[in-house]
Amino acid sequence: MSDTAATVARPARAPMRAAAYLAPLALLLLVFPYIAPAYQTILLAYGLAFAIAALALNLLLGYTGLLSFGHAAFFGAGAYAAGFMVKYLGVTSMEAFLAAGALSGAVIASLFGIVCVRYTRIFFSILALALSQVLWSLAFKLYWVTGGSDGLRVPTPTLLGGVLGAADDKVTFLSHQYYYYTLVIFAVCAGLMWLIVHSPFGQALQAIRDNEVRAEFVGIRVRRYRWIAFVLSGMFTGVAGTLWGPLNGLATPEALYWPFSGEIVFMAVLGGFRSFSGPIVGAVVFNYLKAYAVGRTEYWQLLIGVVLVILVLAMPEGIIGTLARVGRRVLAYGGTGSAAPRLPDEA
Amino acid sequence: MATLVVQALNTAVYTAVLFLIAGGLSLVYGVMRVVNLAHGNLYMLGAFVMAWAAAGAAAGVAPPLLLLLLPVAGIIVALVGAVIEPMLLRPLYNRAEEYQLLMTFGLLLILEDLTKFVFGPTPLSASTLWSAFGSSTVLGSDYPNYNLLVIVVGLVSAVLLWAFVYRTKFGVMLRATSQNRKMAVSLGINVRALYVLAFAVGCLMAGIAGAVIVPIQGAVLGMGVDALVLSFVVVVIGGLGSLEGALAGAFIVAVVRTLAITFFPELELAVLYLMAAAVLVTRPAGLFSRSSS
Repeated sequence: MSDTAATVARPARAPMRAAAYLAPLALLLLVFPYIAPAYQTILLAYGLAFAIAALALNLLLGYTGLLSFGHAAFFGAGAYAAGFMVKYLGVTSMEAFLAAGALSGAVIASLFGIVCVRYTRIFFSILALALSQVLWSLAFKLYWVTGGSDGLRVPTPTLLGGVLGAADDKVTFLSHQYYYYTLVIFAVCAGLMWLIVHSPFGQALQAIRDNEVRAEFVGIRVRRYRWIAFVLSGMFTGVAGTLWGPLNGLATPEALYWPFSGEIVFMAVLGGFRSFSGPIVGAVVFNYLKAYAVGRTEYWQLLIGVVLVILVLAMPEGIIGTLARVGRRVLAYGGTGSAAPRLPDEA
Repeated sequence: MATLVVQALNTAVYTAVLFLIAGGLSLVYGVMRVVNLAHGNLYMLGAFVMAWAAAGAAAGVAPPLLLLLLPVAGIIVALVGAVIEPMLLRPLYNRAEEYQLLMTFGLLLILEDLTKFVFGPTPLSASTLWSAFGSSTVLGSDYPNYNLLVIVVGLVSAVLLWAFVYRTKFGVMLRATSQNRKMAVSLGINVRALYVLAFAVGCLMAGIAGAVIVPIQGAVLGMGVDALVLSFVVVVIGGLGSLEGALAGAFIVAVVRTLAITFFPELELAVLYLMAAAVLVTRPAGLFSRSSS
């Protein structure tokens, strides 16, 4: 992706403006369980879990220039980590799940990464896909350990050792306690990711993306940096998978299957992988789109596929990128022409 | 001994089908540098067309005549490909290749559901065609004639494809374009038309593979997604873009799979994917490439 030198990360020149965007959104997310039906809240919780995965994928896609078609491996590993802890250790603490999910995502990514980061472009994508399929086939075939195609049960977990109170029924639990729990984890992950991409390390990744050779010349250890990015990405994706586990109630091989990797990529591209917030928006929108399509028609893949094709042909910058471009244009016409300020790409 | 013969023949059948699928994938990559994630779904389309047509025609037609449906199914898939390439892939050649992966992933989803829409969600079978051919004795063991026929189809296609690429004027233009597109354009080759045809030939192979396999195992939704990943393994082992590599890769995958199913069935798929990863690490351009990338 060296043809686009557009910077993804421009340090927020106007923190006030960022706060102006974020405050109403944060407020909406906080009061959501009280203004929306439980079904919508649970759907949003799914979206937030996917958003962590899409953000993690974008550390590679948008910031490092590596398109992974194997992120289902880390996501599924996070979900299975929770399932294993319940089945074999009898643990139900969500914090333990998350630790196990982050760890398994990171460990698997560090192994896969050794192999994957030696390549870029199409070879990287296929290699990530092939390795993720190893996990899928193991989960599928070693049924006496993993439950095969039935998967592993992930029952309602205990949050924070139970201080939030016991769950009355599953729907109330998921749409309140668990929603807020997911929201907090999401905020923490998004904050950490923001810090990562704006750190010198994040800048180095973008340098690698834009010109690998020059990055090497200025002393960046390209392969090691890519590997670290890969491991971080796997770790965050593992957390996302763990959060998804109790929502879904099951860890199934589908979460490890490569078309699900494609869905995570879709989320990042839908929102716009050239901006920080794009994958978050993309994940939430994709989740609604899919839930809507699955509910209305048995041909939901057709609908999603058509959206993806249109996106690639007409809106390659995704939702956020297109909004930012339109916003700039409106400002340029409304203002004094060339003196119009450029909107930051990141909202 | 008897099982050995049967296993060897099964391996040959599997090699033939895998070569047809992966060869098409490899041809398309070799010429236009597009990894077509929807390739497996074109294979599935061929399978459904064949099963549907065979079921419709089975009543009054002799089984050998039904074999004429094989190329028909292949050509239908090729026509679909000839529509897809100019409409959806052509706008992307000058853009980052990530977009091509996304586009073909979208196509995969679309084709999956269109197949379901046209042919219905239930699996289709053409096993009557398979049983109509009976079986014969090969080196002392019974073996279905139809499976032998699949081996022949695979061999004939491989020879035809080889002749097409290396012995026709079109093949020369194809290879020239894949080596240097700009130079080919400046020499007056109609690259647009060539891409359409190359993509259609790739789809033709996928379609024939689907059509030829359907009497043995039936047509079922999702078969394309599985086949795609297997043909990835094949082309990675043989080298993306190389037809000889696709043949050798298909053979290796077929052998390993037959061995794995016999000795450690749980790890069958894992072994194949790990093998692909190992080849990518040691010989990224494939085991049989002359130059390393």
